[in-house]
Parts: sequence; structure tokens; C-alpha cells
Amino acid sequence: MPASAPLIEGKDLALSYGQQLVLDRVSLKVSPGEIVTVVGPNGAGKTTLLKILLGLALPDAGRIQSKPNLRIGYVPQKLDIAPTLPLSAKRFLQMAAPQGNRAIEAALKRVGAPKVLETPLLGLSGGELQRVLLARALLRNPELLVLDEPVRGVDLAGQADLYELIADLRKQMGLGVIMVSHDLHLVMQATDEVLCLNGHVCCHGHPEAVSRHPEFVALFGPRVAETMALYPHHHDHVHK
Amino acid sequence: MTGDLDFLWRAALAALAVALIAGPLGCFVVWRRMAYFGDALAHASILGLALGFMLKIDLMAGVLAGGILFAVLLFALERQKRLQSDTLLGILAHGSLAIGLCALALAPALNVDLQSLLFGDVLAVTIGDILWAWGGGLFVLAGLAILWRPLLSITAHEELARVDGVAVERTRLLFLILMALTVAVSMKVVGVLLITALLVIPPAAARPFARSPEQMAVIASAIGSASVLAGLYASLMIDLPAGPAIVAAATLIFAASMAFKRP
Repeated sequence: MPASAPLIEGKDLALSYGQQLVLDRVSLKVSPGEIVTVVGPNGAGKTTLLKILLGLALPDAGRIQSKPNLRIGYVPQKLDIAPTLPLSAKRFLQMAAPQGNRAIEAALKRVGAPKVLETPLLGLSGGELQRVLLARALLRNPELLVLDEPVRGVDLAGQADLYELIADLRKQMGLGVIMVSHDLHLVMQATDEVLCLNGHVCCHGHPEAVSRHPEFVALFGPRVAETMALYPHHHDHVHK
Repeated sequence: MTGDLDFLWRAALAALAVALIAGPLGCFVVWRRMAYFGDALAHASILGLALGFMLKIDLMAGVLAGGILFAVLLFALERQKRLQSDTLLGILAHGSLAIGLCALALAPALNVDLQSLLFGDVLAVTIGDILWAWGGGLFVLAGLAILWRPLLSITAHEELARVDGVAVERTRLLFLILMALTVAVSMKVVGVLLITALLVIPPAAARPFARSPEQMAVIASAIGSASVLAGLYASLMIDLPAGPAIVAAATLIFAASMAFKRP
């Protein structure tokens, strides 16, 4: 684990909607160069947790500490743009990039989608759209990436590619990453820390340890947990 | 000879100002899926008119104040979660229309022509109306130009914009105020019931020809202006009511635009 101070740290975060407790004293931290993945069933509070970290929602209790002037790149779960709005990928990225078109082209190249520059957003495939969103996040020159289901709407092979891309970005740029995911075993290979969420933190730690944890097994069923344990966790990077 | 047609030039001047601002503003109404909000705002302006009359202030100022009040009220009410916003809009829109109509009926000295209120009376515009339309119109255009970037950003994705540091609340509120102003300026031209048509139809007709948001705004203004001229011409030649003729012309252009695929 990286020794430097965490980019962002949440302590005992709690939030309820009316009677329903959505988050129950959740604590987590993300350090530079670290990938933290939040897994959990639907309604577990994963997206809510990210929104609190982003400052889009306020917790009822708990506190957030982040590095001063932390620059965040955010990839939301979905983009719901009206079909009447004519936006090319380029025009969409221009909104986030006062640096100009050269930076936009560089960002698209970096995420492996250099050809979509003039394509209308609505004409992008699921994988291309996710890459454009990732490029938008990178244009903010972030220290921390917050990704809400970054492989949503992407076919299986594309999912593996995207996770690899995220791991690469982390390695090249030393970014901290926190992401929400459903696809457990793909993500298990590309993460340092897993946070299994179901309102409260069921368990957290290294992917292998989490996949053997009784609460994780209870939540996802022994079959999923077993598949997970079969996947060795290759560290393709070295922390200095 | 030309003196006879003075009313027509005045009508065209006022209506063109409205078409010009309705283009870009209407684009945001369409992109932000706010057509129903436009309707509600227009209906509420009847109440503003009645209030303006009762308080003995300029009627246009009354309409404007009523519209801004309505926009702010809705902005505040949308933060509560008890009713979803389409229900809330339905209540506010028709509630304020009904109360406004009652108030107008109760004001004995005010001899308002309900017909002209609902469907516009562009052939009767005065020089003062034209000044209102162009003054208000230029103000709206300038405001929209300043607001363009953040507004487009929150229209694409509000939370993304917020994380990027856009002042989301302020931008939304200022946009609502620009809309209230547009409604006030458009009332005389097409009337309360047809204002939304002028906001929504030209942008929809412009969509197949636009490759960027800015292009769509400009084309929408052009289509709106063409509708104004065609509508007024039809109104002169075959004696149609001017406001509805303008909206009907816009609708025909929209129908023709359906034949084109969007780029």
C-alpha cells in the first residue's frame, strides 16, 4: 500500500432517506496510486457513497477529509442527454476542457478512442461512450478518479479492456481511483482494495481476502465467491 | 398607401424580436425537457397581469414580476420531494391561470379582451410594445450569451457540471428568469396559450440541420423568423388571426423538416 497521505478519507459516513438507512457508518480512504473498488448488491448505497465523496450529497453524520484543492475526475453512471441536443464527442469534451482541442485529442488518444472526435454522442457505442467519459474526467487533470460503474453497457471483452485501461492510467499518472462495480471477478484483478457494501461495510481488504469473507459469501452466494477465489490476483505494478 | 400598412410593420418588428430570442432560449427548453414548464410559466403570467392591474403598475411589468415570482416559487418547491415536478407544475400552471382569470373578471374597470390575451394581438402592437420586445429581447440574448457555457454544461449532465465547479443553482435560476422575461415579451405576439409553441417548434424543426448546439440555436431563430413573416402574410392575405397563423406556419415548417435525417 502507498505510504503517502490519503487523497480522500470518509469516516463513519451515515445517510438515511426517511426511515431507510442507506449508509451505516461507512469509512474508507483512497491514497494516490491506489484502486479501491466498491462492490455490493443493488441498493447497497454504492452510488450514494460516491456522491457523498464528490460533495453532491451531504451525509447525516460522519465527515470527509480530502487533500486541499483535490482535483477530481468523475465518471457518472449514465449520461442522459436529450436526443434533440446535437453534441459531438469533441463539443462535449470542450465543455470540460478550456485547454483547447489539442488536449482533447490527447485525452481521447490516451483512453484509446482517437477516432470518435467528430462522432455525435448518441452515435457512440457503449464502450466508446465510457472512454469519452473517461477522457472528460482526465481533462480535469485529476488526482482522484471517481468512477460509477465505468464499464456499464460494455460487452465482456470491452469490460476487461476498460479495467486494464484504468489500471494503466493509475500506473502512468499515479492517480487514486475509487470505482463502483458489479462485475466482481473482472474487477478483482485490477484492484488493490475491495469494499463490500450493503448499507454497512460488510468487509474490506485485499480481493482474495474479501472473496473468502463469510459476509461476502453470504451476500453473493458461495458460487460467485468460489469463482472469485480461483482468480489469482496478479500484481502487474509495483508501488514505490 | 404605406400608412395603411403601418400596423403590419409594427407587428413584424415585434414578432421578429420574439422569434429571435425564442430560438436559442427554446433550444434549452427542448434540451432540458421543459416544454411543460414553459406552458406553466405562460399560464401564470395571466395572474401576473391581473396583479399588475390591481397594483396599478405597468401591465408588462406585472407579467414579468409574476413570471419571475412563479419561476422562483417553482425553483424553491422543486427541492421538496413530496410531489414530483410535473404534478407540481400542473397545479401551479392551472391554479394560477384560473385565479388570474377570476381576478381579471372581478376587476370591473379593466376591459381586457380575453381573446387577445390568450391568442395574442400582434396586429395591435404599439411603439411601446416594440420597444419592450426589442429591449427585453436584447437583454435576454445578452444574458443567454453569458449563461451559455455553464447552462449547456448543466444541461449535458448536472452533477458532472457541479463536480467541475459550475454554479448550478445560480445558472438554473438565471435561466428561469430569462424564460419569464421571454414569456412577458411574447405574450402580446402569440398570446398565453401559444407561447410554448414558439419556444418548442422552431428548435425541433432546426434539429435535423444542426451539428452543434450553437448552430441549432441560430437555425431555430431563422425558422422562427420565417414563421413570423409567413404567418403575418397569411394573416394579411386571407384574414387569419396573426398569432395562430404564425404558430401554424412554424408547425408546417416542422412537418417539412421531418423529411430530413439528423446529421
